[in-house]
Amino acid sequence: MAEKMELKEVEVWDGNYAASQALRQAQVDVVSAYPITPSTPIVENYGAYVANGYVDGEFVMVESEHAAMSGCVGAAAAGGRVATATSSQGFALMVEVLYQASGMRLPIVMTVVNRALASPLNVRGDHGDMYLGRDSGWVQIDAFNAQEAYDLTLCAFKIGEDMRVRLPVMMHQDGFLTSHTAQNVHPLSDDEAYKFVGDYKPYEEMLDFTKPVTYGAQTEEDWHYEHKARQHKALMESKDVIDEVFAEFKKLTGREYKRVESYMMDDAEVAIVALGTTVETARVAAEQLREEGIKAGVVAPRCFRPFPFDEIRDALENTKAIAVLDRSAPMGAMGALFNEVSAALYTTPNRPLVTNFIYGLGGRDFSVEEAKRIFKEQKAHADAGHITTPIQQFSGVRGPKLGFFETKRGN
Amino acid sequence: MSRGVLATEKRGIRELGAEEFVGWDEVTQGVILPSFESELKENVSHIRPEERDYSDFNSYTATVASWRVIKPVYNRDICIDCQNCWVWCPDTSIISRDKQMLGIDYDHCKGCGVCVEVCPTNPKSLLMFGEAEETEDALAKWPEKKKKAK
Repeated sequence: MAEKMELKEVEVWDGNYAASQALRQAQVDVVSAYPITPSTPIVENYGAYVANGYVDGEFVMVESEHAAMSGCVGAAAAGGRVATATSSQGFALMVEVLYQASGMRLPIVMTVVNRALASPLNVRGDHGDMYLGRDSGWVQIDAFNAQEAYDLTLCAFKIGEDMRVRLPVMMHQDGFLTSHTAQNVHPLSDDEAYKFVGDYKPYEEMLDFTKPVTYGAQTEEDWHYEHKARQHKALMESKDVIDEVFAEFKKLTGREYKRVESYMMDDAEVAIVALGTTVETARVAAEQLREEGIKAGVVAPRCFRPFPFDEIRDALENTKAIAVLDRSAPMGAMGALFNEVSAALYTTPNRPLVTNFIYGLGGRDFSVEEAKRIFKEQKAHADAGHITTPIQQFSGVRGPKLGFFETKRGN
Repeated sequence: MSRGVLATEKRGIRELGAEEFVGWDEVTQGVILPSFESELKENVSHIRPEERDYSDFNSYTATVASWRVIKPVYNRDICIDCQNCWVWCPDTSIISRDKQMLGIDYDHCKGCGVCVEVCPTNPKSLLMFGEAEETEDALAKWPEKKKKAK
Protein backbone atom coordinates (compact mmCIF):
# COMPACT_ATOMS: atom_id res chain seq x y z
CA MET A 1 0.00 0.00 0.00
CA ALA A 2 1.29 3.44 -0.88
CA GLU A 3 2.24 5.75 1.98
CA LYS A 4 -0.04 8.73 2.49
CA MET A 5 1.42 12.21 2.43
CA GLU A 6 0.40 14.74 5.05
CA LEU A 7 -0.47 17.99 3.29
CA LYS A 8 -1.15 21.36 4.90
CA GLU A 9 -4.34 23.27 4.21
CA VAL A 10 -2.26 25.72 2.16
CA GLU A 11 0.91 24.58 0.45
CA VAL A 12 3.39 26.71 -1.49
CA TRP A 13 3.71 24.87 -4.78
CA ASP A 14 4.66 25.80 -8.30
CA GLY A 15 2.64 24.47 -11.21
CA ASN A 16 4.94 21.51 -11.77
CA TYR A 17 4.78 20.42 -8.14
CA ALA A 18 1.02 20.89 -8.11
CA ALA A 19 0.60 18.69 -11.19
CA SER A 20 2.92 16.00 -9.82
CA GLN A 21 0.99 15.90 -6.53
CA ALA A 22 -2.26 15.42 -8.45
CA LEU A 23 -0.69 12.51 -10.37
CA ARG A 24 0.44 10.98 -7.07
CA GLN A 25 -2.98 11.35 -5.47
CA ALA A 26 -4.67 9.75 -8.49
CA GLN A 27 -2.51 6.63 -7.85
CA VAL A 28 -1.56 6.10 -11.47
CA ASP A 29 -0.73 2.50 -12.46
CA VAL A 30 1.91 3.39 -15.04
CA VAL A 31 3.79 6.63 -15.67
CA SER A 32 5.95 6.32 -18.76
CA ALA A 33 7.92 9.51 -19.21
CA TYR A 34 11.00 11.25 -20.57
CA PRO A 35 11.69 14.52 -18.76
CA ILE A 36 12.05 17.78 -20.70
CA THR A 37 12.24 21.42 -19.64
CA PRO A 38 10.07 23.01 -18.29
CA SER A 39 8.02 19.96 -17.27
CA THR A 40 11.03 18.05 -15.91
CA PRO A 41 10.08 18.55 -12.24
CA ILE A 42 6.73 16.80 -12.77
CA VAL A 43 8.57 13.62 -13.80
CA GLU A 44 11.36 14.18 -11.26
CA ASN A 45 8.94 14.69 -8.37
CA TYR A 46 6.86 11.71 -9.43
CA GLY A 47 9.99 9.57 -9.54
CA ALA A 48 10.73 10.64 -5.96
CA TYR A 49 7.20 9.69 -4.84
CA VAL A 50 7.70 6.24 -6.36
CA ALA A 51 11.14 5.81 -4.78
CA ASN A 52 9.86 6.92 -1.37
CA GLY A 53 6.87 4.59 -1.36
CA TYR A 54 4.11 7.12 -2.00
CA VAL A 55 3.01 5.39 -5.21
CA ASP A 56 2.16 1.74 -5.84
CA GLY A 57 2.28 2.01 -9.63
CA GLU A 58 5.14 1.59 -12.06
CA PHE A 59 7.42 4.36 -13.28
CA VAL A 60 9.00 3.62 -16.65
CA MET A 61 11.95 5.72 -17.76
CA VAL A 62 12.07 5.42 -21.55
CA GLU A 63 14.51 6.48 -24.26
CA SER A 64 12.45 9.22 -25.94
CA GLU A 65 9.07 10.95 -25.86
CA HIS A 66 7.88 8.80 -28.76
CA ALA A 67 8.62 5.82 -26.54
CA ALA A 68 7.05 7.54 -23.53
CA MET A 69 3.70 7.94 -25.26
CA SER A 70 4.01 4.48 -26.82
CA GLY A 71 4.49 3.07 -23.31
CA CYS A 72 1.40 4.95 -22.21
CA VAL A 73 -0.62 3.50 -25.10
CA GLY A 74 0.48 -0.03 -24.26
CA ALA A 75 -0.20 0.33 -20.55
CA ALA A 76 -3.58 1.97 -21.11
CA ALA A 77 -4.63 -0.70 -23.61
CA ALA A 78 -3.50 -3.32 -21.12
CA GLY A 79 -6.01 -1.85 -18.68
CA GLY A 80 -4.32 0.59 -16.30
CA ARG A 81 -4.57 4.23 -15.26
CA VAL A 82 -1.79 5.96 -17.14
CA ALA A 83 -0.18 9.40 -17.16
CA THR A 84 2.87 11.26 -18.45
CA ALA A 85 4.24 14.78 -18.82
CA THR A 86 6.02 16.65 -21.60
CA SER A 87 6.76 19.97 -23.31
CA SER A 88 7.70 21.40 -26.68
CA GLN A 89 10.15 19.23 -28.66
CA GLY A 90 9.14 16.22 -26.60
CA PHE A 91 5.51 16.94 -27.39
CA ALA A 92 6.41 17.21 -31.07
CA LEU A 93 8.15 13.83 -30.96
CA MET A 94 5.03 12.32 -29.39
CA VAL A 95 2.63 13.62 -32.02
CA GLU A 96 2.41 10.43 -34.06
CA VAL A 97 1.44 8.45 -30.97
CA LEU A 98 -1.00 11.09 -29.69
CA TYR A 99 -3.26 10.23 -32.61
CA GLN A 100 -2.91 6.51 -31.82
CA ALA A 101 -3.94 7.10 -28.20
CA SER A 102 -7.08 9.03 -29.09
CA GLY A 103 -8.00 6.73 -31.98
CA MET A 104 -7.83 3.75 -29.62
CA ARG A 105 -9.89 5.77 -27.09
CA LEU A 106 -7.33 5.39 -24.28
CA PRO A 107 -7.91 7.77 -21.34
CA ILE A 108 -4.27 8.73 -20.77
CA VAL A 109 -3.66 11.96 -18.84
CA MET A 110 -0.75 14.11 -19.99
CA THR A 111 0.34 17.19 -18.09
CA VAL A 112 1.78 19.51 -20.73
CA VAL A 113 3.89 22.47 -19.67
CA ASN A 114 3.66 24.72 -22.71
CA ARG A 115 6.90 25.77 -24.35
CA ALA A 116 7.92 27.21 -27.73
CA LEU A 117 9.00 24.99 -30.61
CA ALA A 118 12.46 25.26 -32.20
CA SER A 119 14.01 26.62 -34.33
CA PRO A 120 15.39 28.86 -32.84
CA LEU A 121 15.71 26.64 -29.78
CA ASN A 122 13.85 28.13 -26.84
CA VAL A 123 12.83 26.73 -23.46
CA ARG A 124 10.35 29.48 -22.50
CA GLY A 125 6.61 29.37 -22.58
CA ASP A 126 4.41 29.89 -25.59
CA HIS A 127 1.53 27.86 -26.94
CA GLY A 128 3.19 26.30 -29.98
CA ASP A 129 3.08 22.79 -28.52
CA MET A 130 -0.50 23.14 -27.27
CA TYR A 131 -1.60 24.22 -30.76
CA LEU A 132 0.30 21.31 -32.30
CA GLY A 133 -2.01 18.98 -30.37
CA ARG A 134 -5.24 20.62 -31.38
CA ASP A 135 -6.24 18.13 -34.10
CA SER A 136 -4.91 15.09 -32.23
CA GLY A 137 -8.25 14.05 -30.76
CA TRP A 138 -7.34 14.73 -27.13
CA VAL A 139 -9.39 16.76 -24.68
CA GLN A 140 -7.27 19.85 -23.98
CA ILE A 141 -7.79 21.79 -20.75
CA ASP A 142 -5.81 24.89 -19.84
CA ALA A 143 -4.75 25.99 -16.34
CA PHE A 144 -3.82 29.64 -15.73
CA ASN A 145 -2.03 29.15 -12.36
CA ALA A 146 -0.69 26.49 -10.00
CA GLN A 147 -3.96 25.91 -8.12
CA GLU A 148 -5.73 25.29 -11.39
CA ALA A 149 -2.94 22.98 -12.56
CA TYR A 150 -3.56 20.86 -9.46
CA ASP A 151 -7.36 20.96 -9.57
CA LEU A 152 -7.70 20.33 -13.27
CA THR A 153 -5.20 17.45 -13.33
CA LEU A 154 -7.47 15.63 -10.85
CA CYS A 155 -10.45 16.51 -13.05
CA ALA A 156 -8.61 15.29 -16.16
CA PHE A 157 -8.62 11.66 -14.95
CA LYS A 158 -12.30 11.78 -14.16
CA ILE A 159 -13.16 13.31 -17.54
CA GLY A 160 -11.06 11.02 -19.71
CA GLU A 161 -11.93 7.83 -17.84
CA ASP A 162 -15.69 8.42 -17.88
CA MET A 163 -17.26 5.62 -19.93
CA ARG A 164 -19.09 8.23 -22.02
CA VAL A 165 -15.77 9.85 -22.99
CA ARG A 166 -12.84 7.35 -22.91
CA LEU A 167 -10.46 9.81 -24.53
CA PRO A 168 -7.00 11.04 -23.55
CA VAL A 169 -6.75 14.40 -21.82
CA MET A 170 -4.01 17.04 -21.91
CA MET A 171 -3.72 19.37 -18.94
CA HIS A 172 -1.85 22.46 -20.06
CA GLN A 173 -0.04 25.11 -18.05
CA ASP A 174 2.35 27.87 -19.17
CA GLY A 175 6.05 27.07 -19.08
CA PHE A 176 7.88 28.90 -16.25
CA LEU A 177 5.10 31.46 -15.72
CA THR A 178 2.96 28.76 -14.11
CA SER A 179 5.29 25.77 -13.90
CA HIS A 180 8.04 27.56 -11.95
CA THR A 181 6.09 30.21 -10.05
CA ALA A 182 5.45 29.18 -6.44
CA GLN A 183 1.98 30.13 -5.28
CA ASN A 184 -0.42 29.28 -2.50
CA VAL A 185 -2.23 26.08 -3.42
CA HIS A 186 -5.10 24.52 -1.45
CA PRO A 187 -4.73 20.76 -1.95
CA LEU A 188 -7.20 18.03 -1.07
CA SER A 189 -6.13 15.31 1.32
CA ASP A 190 -4.92 12.10 -0.35
CA ASP A 191 -8.16 10.32 0.57
CA GLU A 192 -10.42 13.13 -0.64
CA ALA A 193 -8.52 13.47 -3.90
CA TYR A 194 -8.54 9.73 -4.63
CA LYS A 195 -12.20 9.46 -3.75
CA PHE A 196 -12.95 12.26 -6.20
CA VAL A 197 -10.95 10.67 -9.02
CA GLY A 198 -12.29 7.19 -8.22
CA ASP A 199 -11.01 3.69 -9.00
CA TYR A 200 -9.92 3.06 -12.56
CA LYS A 201 -12.50 1.13 -14.57
CA PRO A 202 -10.97 -0.90 -17.41
CA TYR A 203 -12.72 -1.17 -20.78
CA GLU A 204 -11.92 -3.99 -23.24
CA GLU A 205 -8.48 -4.34 -21.69
CA MET A 206 -5.87 -6.38 -23.53
CA LEU A 207 -4.77 -8.28 -20.42
CA ASP A 208 -8.18 -9.95 -20.08
CA PHE A 209 -7.20 -13.32 -21.60
CA THR A 210 -10.75 -14.62 -21.49
CA LYS A 211 -11.75 -11.85 -23.89
CA PRO A 212 -8.81 -11.16 -26.18
CA VAL A 213 -9.10 -8.03 -28.33
CA THR A 214 -7.16 -6.31 -31.07
CA TYR A 215 -6.01 -2.70 -30.57
CA GLY A 216 -4.66 -0.59 -33.40
CA ALA A 217 -6.35 -2.38 -36.30
CA GLN A 218 -5.81 -1.22 -39.86
CA THR A 219 -8.75 0.25 -41.76
CA GLU A 220 -8.71 1.66 -45.27
CA GLU A 221 -11.18 3.77 -47.24
CA ASP A 222 -14.02 1.38 -46.39
CA TRP A 223 -13.88 1.77 -42.56
CA HIS A 224 -11.49 4.53 -41.45
CA TYR A 225 -13.96 7.38 -41.99
CA GLU A 226 -16.71 5.85 -39.82
CA HIS A 227 -14.28 5.31 -36.95
CA LYS A 228 -13.00 8.90 -37.16
CA ALA A 229 -16.57 10.22 -37.26
CA ARG A 230 -17.45 8.27 -34.13
CA GLN A 231 -14.29 9.51 -32.39
CA HIS A 232 -15.08 13.14 -33.27
CA LYS A 233 -18.61 12.75 -31.90
CA ALA A 234 -17.23 11.37 -28.63
CA LEU A 235 -14.90 14.37 -28.29
CA MET A 236 -17.67 16.85 -29.14
CA GLU A 237 -20.00 15.25 -26.58
CA SER A 238 -17.34 15.09 -23.86
CA LYS A 239 -18.38 18.66 -23.00
CA ASP A 240 -21.32 17.38 -20.95
CA VAL A 241 -19.05 15.17 -18.86
CA ILE A 242 -16.55 18.02 -18.44
CA ASP A 243 -19.38 20.20 -17.10
CA GLU A 244 -20.46 17.42 -14.73
CA VAL A 245 -16.94 16.86 -13.42
CA PHE A 246 -16.43 20.60 -12.90
CA ALA A 247 -19.74 20.76 -11.01
CA GLU A 248 -18.75 17.85 -8.79
CA PHE A 249 -15.38 19.46 -8.13
CA LYS A 250 -17.07 22.69 -7.13
CA LYS A 251 -19.27 20.80 -4.69
CA LEU A 252 -16.17 19.29 -3.11
CA THR A 253 -13.90 22.35 -3.00
CA GLY A 254 -15.97 25.44 -3.74
CA ARG A 255 -13.67 26.18 -6.66
CA GLU A 256 -15.62 26.69 -9.87
CA TYR A 257 -14.42 25.93 -13.39
CA LYS A 258 -16.22 26.46 -16.67
CA ARG A 259 -15.38 25.45 -20.22
CA VAL A 260 -15.31 29.17 -20.98
CA GLU A 261 -14.22 31.52 -18.22
CA SER A 262 -15.80 34.98 -18.52
CA TYR A 263 -14.59 37.92 -16.48
CA MET A 264 -16.57 41.15 -16.26
CA MET A 265 -18.38 40.27 -19.47
CA ASP A 266 -21.96 41.12 -18.44
CA ASP A 267 -21.83 44.62 -19.94
CA ALA A 268 -18.47 44.50 -21.74
CA GLU A 269 -18.08 46.51 -24.95
CA VAL A 270 -14.53 45.41 -25.61
CA ALA A 271 -12.95 42.07 -24.82
CA ILE A 272 -9.72 40.14 -24.94
CA VAL A 273 -9.80 36.40 -25.64
CA ALA A 274 -6.68 34.57 -24.50
CA LEU A 275 -5.27 31.37 -23.04
CA GLY A 276 -2.92 30.62 -20.14
CA THR A 277 -1.37 33.11 -17.75
CA THR A 278 -2.24 35.96 -20.13
CA VAL A 279 -5.84 35.61 -18.97
CA GLU A 280 -4.87 36.88 -15.52
CA THR A 281 -2.82 39.73 -17.01
CA ALA A 282 -5.76 40.77 -19.18
CA ARG A 283 -8.10 40.62 -16.15
CA VAL A 284 -5.90 43.08 -14.25
CA ALA A 285 -5.84 45.36 -17.31
CA ALA A 286 -9.64 45.15 -17.64
CA GLU A 287 -10.10 46.06 -13.97
CA GLN A 288 -7.88 49.13 -14.37
CA LEU A 289 -9.67 50.23 -17.54
CA ARG A 290 -13.05 49.92 -15.87
CA GLU A 291 -11.83 52.70 -13.52
CA GLU A 292 -11.21 54.80 -16.65
CA GLY A 293 -14.74 54.11 -17.86
CA ILE A 294 -13.89 51.56 -20.55
CA LYS A 295 -16.19 48.53 -20.30
CA ALA A 296 -13.57 45.85 -20.73
CA GLY A 297 -13.89 42.11 -20.12
CA VAL A 298 -11.93 38.91 -20.64
CA VAL A 299 -12.99 35.58 -22.10
CA ALA A 300 -10.83 32.46 -21.87
CA PRO A 301 -11.48 29.02 -23.31
CA ARG A 302 -10.62 26.83 -20.30
CA CYS A 303 -11.36 23.95 -22.62
CA PHE A 304 -9.39 24.31 -25.87
CA ARG A 305 -10.66 20.96 -27.20
CA PRO A 306 -13.52 20.25 -27.58
CA PHE A 307 -13.68 23.87 -28.71
CA PRO A 308 -16.54 25.57 -26.82
CA PHE A 309 -18.09 27.12 -29.93
CA ASP A 310 -21.45 27.84 -28.31
CA GLU A 311 -20.17 29.19 -24.99
CA ILE A 312 -17.62 31.42 -26.75
CA ARG A 313 -20.42 32.80 -28.88
CA ASP A 314 -22.67 33.37 -25.86
CA ALA A 315 -19.89 35.08 -23.94
CA LEU A 316 -18.90 37.48 -26.74
CA GLU A 317 -21.87 38.13 -28.98
CA ASN A 318 -22.96 41.36 -27.31
CA THR A 319 -19.55 43.03 -27.38
CA LYS A 320 -18.50 45.54 -30.02
CA ALA A 321 -14.82 44.78 -30.55
CA ILE A 322 -12.68 41.82 -29.59
CA ALA A 323 -8.95 41.14 -29.67
CA VAL A 324 -8.08 37.45 -29.90
CA LEU A 325 -4.56 36.75 -28.68
CA ASP A 326 -2.56 33.86 -30.12
CA ARG A 327 0.68 32.89 -28.34
CA SER A 328 1.85 30.70 -31.20
CA ALA A 329 3.62 31.57 -34.43
CA PRO A 330 0.76 31.47 -36.97
CA MET A 331 3.06 30.83 -39.97
CA GLY A 332 1.07 31.88 -42.99
CA ALA A 333 -2.40 32.25 -41.54
CA MET A 334 -4.37 34.09 -38.90
CA GLY A 335 -3.92 32.74 -35.38
CA ALA A 336 -5.84 29.52 -34.71
CA LEU A 337 -7.77 30.93 -31.75
CA PHE A 338 -8.72 34.00 -33.83
CA ASN A 339 -10.05 31.75 -36.59
CA GLU A 340 -12.15 29.69 -34.21
CA VAL A 341 -13.53 32.62 -32.22
CA SER A 342 -14.32 34.47 -35.45
CA ALA A 343 -16.14 31.45 -36.85
CA ALA A 344 -18.28 31.25 -33.72
CA LEU A 345 -19.10 34.96 -33.85
CA TYR A 346 -19.90 34.92 -37.58
CA THR A 347 -23.14 33.09 -36.72
CA THR A 348 -24.41 35.91 -34.45
CA PRO A 349 -26.66 38.77 -35.62
CA ASN A 350 -24.30 41.33 -34.08
CA ARG A 351 -21.01 40.06 -35.53
CA PRO A 352 -18.55 42.05 -33.38
CA LEU A 353 -15.31 43.39 -34.87
CA VAL A 354 -12.55 40.83 -34.29
CA THR A 355 -8.82 41.41 -34.60
CA ASN A 356 -5.88 39.10 -34.01
CA PHE A 357 -2.72 39.71 -32.00
CA ILE A 358 0.28 37.42 -32.11
CA TYR A 359 2.23 37.91 -28.86
CA GLY A 360 4.57 36.43 -26.29
CA LEU A 361 6.42 34.05 -28.60
CA GLY A 362 9.30 32.20 -26.93
CA GLY A 363 8.30 33.59 -23.55
CA ARG A 364 8.36 37.31 -24.51
CA ASP A 365 6.71 39.15 -21.63
CA PHE A 366 3.14 40.36 -22.02
CA SER A 367 2.42 43.25 -19.68
CA VAL A 368 -0.70 44.77 -18.17
CA GLU A 369 0.20 48.01 -20.02
CA GLU A 370 0.21 46.17 -23.36
CA ALA A 371 -3.11 44.51 -22.56
CA LYS A 372 -4.54 47.96 -21.78
CA ARG A 373 -3.21 49.33 -25.07
CA ILE A 374 -4.89 46.47 -26.94
CA PHE A 375 -8.16 47.06 -25.08
CA LYS A 376 -8.01 50.75 -26.02
CA GLU A 377 -7.42 49.88 -29.65
CA GLN A 378 -10.57 47.77 -29.52
CA LYS A 379 -12.41 50.76 -28.07
CA ALA A 380 -11.24 52.83 -31.06
CA HIS A 381 -12.57 50.15 -33.46
CA ALA A 382 -15.86 50.11 -31.56
CA ASP A 383 -16.20 53.90 -31.68
CA ALA A 384 -15.33 54.01 -35.40
CA GLY A 385 -17.72 51.14 -36.15
CA HIS A 386 -15.06 49.28 -38.09
CA ILE A 387 -11.55 47.86 -37.68
CA THR A 388 -9.05 50.74 -37.97
CA THR A 389 -5.86 48.67 -38.01
CA PRO A 390 -4.64 45.62 -39.91
CA ILE A 391 -6.66 42.58 -38.80
CA GLN A 392 -3.56 40.69 -37.62
CA GLN A 393 -0.88 42.53 -35.68
CA PHE A 394 2.22 41.53 -33.72
CA SER A 395 2.34 42.68 -30.12
CA GLY A 396 5.67 43.23 -28.41
CA VAL A 397 7.96 42.47 -31.36
CA ARG A 398 10.89 44.78 -32.12
CA GLY A 399 11.23 46.45 -35.53
CA PRO A 400 8.78 48.20 -37.90
CA LYS A 401 5.08 47.65 -37.19
CA LEU A 402 3.93 44.32 -38.59
CA GLY A 403 0.34 43.83 -39.77
CA PHE A 404 -1.66 41.72 -42.23
CA PHE A 405 -5.05 42.05 -43.97
CA GLU A 406 -7.54 44.93 -43.90
CA THR A 407 -11.27 44.86 -43.20
CA LYS A 408 -13.84 45.28 -45.99
CA ARG A 409 -16.50 46.50 -43.56
CA GLY A 410 -17.00 50.19 -42.70
CA ASN A 411 -14.63 52.96 -43.91
CA MET B 1 -16.74 -29.23 -45.00
CA SER B 2 -13.58 -29.54 -42.97
CA ARG B 3 -11.06 -26.79 -43.61
CA GLY B 4 -8.12 -29.14 -43.09
CA VAL B 5 -6.21 -30.59 -40.19
CA LEU B 6 -6.80 -28.95 -36.78
CA ALA B 7 -8.98 -26.24 -38.38
CA THR B 8 -12.36 -25.01 -37.19
CA GLU B 9 -15.28 -24.76 -39.62
CA LYS B 10 -14.69 -21.02 -39.77
CA ARG B 11 -11.10 -20.95 -40.99
CA GLY B 12 -10.75 -18.79 -44.08
CA ILE B 13 -14.47 -18.72 -44.85
CA ARG B 14 -14.59 -15.10 -45.96
CA GLU B 15 -12.71 -12.89 -48.39
CA LEU B 16 -11.11 -9.77 -46.90
CA GLY B 17 -13.21 -6.70 -47.66
CA ALA B 18 -16.39 -8.68 -48.29
CA GLU B 19 -17.83 -7.83 -44.85
CA GLU B 20 -21.14 -6.11 -44.29
CA PHE B 21 -20.71 -2.34 -43.96
CA VAL B 22 -22.23 -0.45 -41.05
CA GLY B 23 -22.35 3.27 -40.17
CA TRP B 24 -20.32 5.28 -37.67
CA ASP B 25 -22.93 4.56 -34.99
CA GLU B 26 -22.31 0.81 -35.15
CA VAL B 27 -18.53 0.53 -35.40
CA THR B 28 -16.70 -0.51 -32.22
CA GLN B 29 -15.29 2.14 -29.90
CA GLY B 30 -11.61 2.78 -30.54
CA VAL B 31 -11.54 0.18 -33.36
CA ILE B 32 -11.17 -2.38 -30.56
CA LEU B 33 -11.99 -5.73 -32.14
CA PRO B 34 -12.90 -8.91 -30.23
CA SER B 35 -11.07 -12.04 -31.38
CA PHE B 36 -13.81 -14.45 -30.31
CA GLU B 37 -17.58 -14.55 -30.51
CA SER B 38 -18.14 -14.75 -26.78
CA GLU B 39 -16.23 -14.44 -23.52
CA LEU B 40 -14.14 -17.56 -22.93
CA LYS B 41 -14.39 -19.76 -19.85
CA GLU B 42 -10.64 -19.73 -19.30
CA ASN B 43 -7.41 -18.14 -20.48
CA VAL B 44 -7.40 -18.48 -24.28
CA SER B 45 -3.94 -20.02 -24.30
CA HIS B 46 -5.42 -23.10 -22.59
CA ILE B 47 -7.96 -23.66 -25.38
CA ARG B 48 -6.88 -25.52 -28.51
CA PRO B 49 -7.15 -23.47 -31.72
CA GLU B 50 -9.65 -25.87 -33.30
CA GLU B 51 -11.93 -25.41 -30.25
CA ARG B 52 -11.96 -21.59 -30.31
CA ASP B 53 -14.99 -19.70 -31.61
CA TYR B 54 -13.16 -17.15 -33.74
CA SER B 55 -15.04 -13.94 -34.57
CA ASP B 56 -15.38 -12.29 -37.95
CA PHE B 57 -12.85 -9.68 -36.74
CA ASN B 58 -10.19 -12.36 -36.35
CA SER B 59 -8.00 -12.90 -39.41
CA TYR B 60 -8.47 -16.63 -38.78
CA THR B 61 -11.88 -16.50 -40.43
CA ALA B 62 -10.59 -14.57 -43.46
CA THR B 63 -8.73 -16.11 -46.38
CA VAL B 64 -5.83 -14.55 -48.23
CA ALA B 65 -5.17 -17.62 -50.38
CA SER B 66 -5.72 -15.53 -53.51
CA TRP B 67 -2.56 -13.52 -52.74
CA ARG B 68 -0.45 -16.61 -53.47
CA VAL B 69 0.98 -17.63 -56.85
CA ILE B 70 3.28 -20.41 -55.67
CA LYS B 71 2.65 -22.69 -52.70
CA PRO B 72 4.73 -24.90 -50.43
CA VAL B 73 3.98 -28.63 -50.63
CA TYR B 74 4.82 -30.78 -47.63
CA ASN B 75 6.36 -34.24 -47.90
CA ARG B 76 5.70 -36.29 -44.76
CA ASP B 77 8.06 -39.09 -45.84
CA ILE B 78 11.15 -36.91 -45.52
CA CYS B 79 10.23 -34.52 -42.66
CA ILE B 80 12.12 -34.96 -39.37
CA ASP B 81 9.72 -32.75 -37.32
CA CYS B 82 12.46 -30.32 -36.42
CA GLN B 83 9.90 -27.43 -36.22
CA ASN B 84 12.17 -25.02 -38.10
CA CYS B 85 9.37 -24.12 -40.54
CA TRP B 86 6.90 -23.64 -37.68
CA VAL B 87 9.31 -21.26 -35.94
CA TRP B 88 10.08 -19.24 -39.05
CA CYS B 89 6.69 -19.01 -40.80
CA PRO B 90 5.72 -15.31 -40.61
CA ASP B 91 1.99 -16.10 -40.85
CA THR B 92 1.65 -19.02 -38.40
CA SER B 93 0.58 -21.15 -41.36
CA ILE B 94 2.56 -24.26 -40.42
CA ILE B 95 0.29 -26.60 -38.49
CA SER B 96 2.03 -28.61 -35.84
CA ARG B 97 0.81 -30.46 -32.74
CA ASP B 98 2.94 -32.08 -30.00
CA LYS B 99 6.09 -31.31 -32.00
CA GLN B 100 4.76 -33.19 -35.04
CA MET B 101 4.42 -31.34 -38.34
CA LEU B 102 0.91 -31.89 -39.75
CA GLY B 103 0.52 -29.63 -42.77
CA ILE B 104 -0.01 -26.14 -44.11
CA ASP B 105 -2.82 -23.63 -43.55
CA TYR B 106 -3.48 -22.73 -47.19
CA ASP B 107 -6.06 -20.11 -46.16
CA HIS B 108 -3.33 -17.94 -44.67
CA CYS B 109 -0.08 -19.03 -46.35
CA LYS B 110 1.08 -16.31 -48.77
CA GLY B 111 3.65 -18.45 -50.53
CA CYS B 112 6.72 -16.58 -49.29
CA GLY B 113 8.89 -19.71 -49.31
CA VAL B 114 10.58 -19.11 -45.95
CA CYS B 115 9.59 -22.62 -44.77
CA VAL B 116 11.36 -24.16 -47.76
CA GLU B 117 14.41 -22.00 -47.21
CA VAL B 118 14.82 -23.07 -43.57
CA CYS B 119 14.05 -26.78 -44.09
CA PRO B 120 17.28 -28.71 -43.25
CA THR B 121 16.52 -32.14 -44.78
CA ASN B 122 18.01 -33.59 -47.95
CA PRO B 123 15.99 -33.45 -50.10
CA LYS B 124 13.85 -30.75 -48.55
CA SER B 125 10.54 -31.76 -46.95
CA LEU B 126 8.87 -28.60 -48.26
CA LEU B 127 9.16 -27.37 -51.86
CA MET B 128 7.45 -24.59 -53.78
CA PHE B 129 5.13 -25.54 -56.67
CA GLY B 130 2.73 -23.58 -58.87
CA GLU B 131 -0.58 -22.80 -57.19
CA ALA B 132 -2.44 -25.05 -59.67
CA GLU B 133 -0.22 -28.10 -59.09
CA GLU B 134 -2.03 -31.08 -57.51
CA THR B 135 -0.37 -32.38 -54.33
CA GLU B 136 -0.02 -35.96 -55.69
CA ASP B 137 1.67 -34.65 -58.85
CA ALA B 138 4.00 -32.51 -56.78
CA LEU B 139 4.97 -35.44 -54.56
CA ALA B 140 5.60 -37.58 -57.64
CA LYS B 141 8.09 -35.02 -58.91
CA TRP B 142 10.02 -34.87 -55.60
CA PRO B 143 13.80 -34.79 -56.22
CA GLU B 144 16.22 -37.49 -55.02
CA LYS B 145 18.68 -37.01 -52.20
CA LYS B 146 21.62 -34.91 -53.37
CA LYS B 147 24.99 -36.59 -53.06
CA LYS B 148 27.86 -34.65 -51.60
CA ALA B 149 30.43 -33.73 -54.23
CA LYS B 150 33.71 -35.51 -53.56
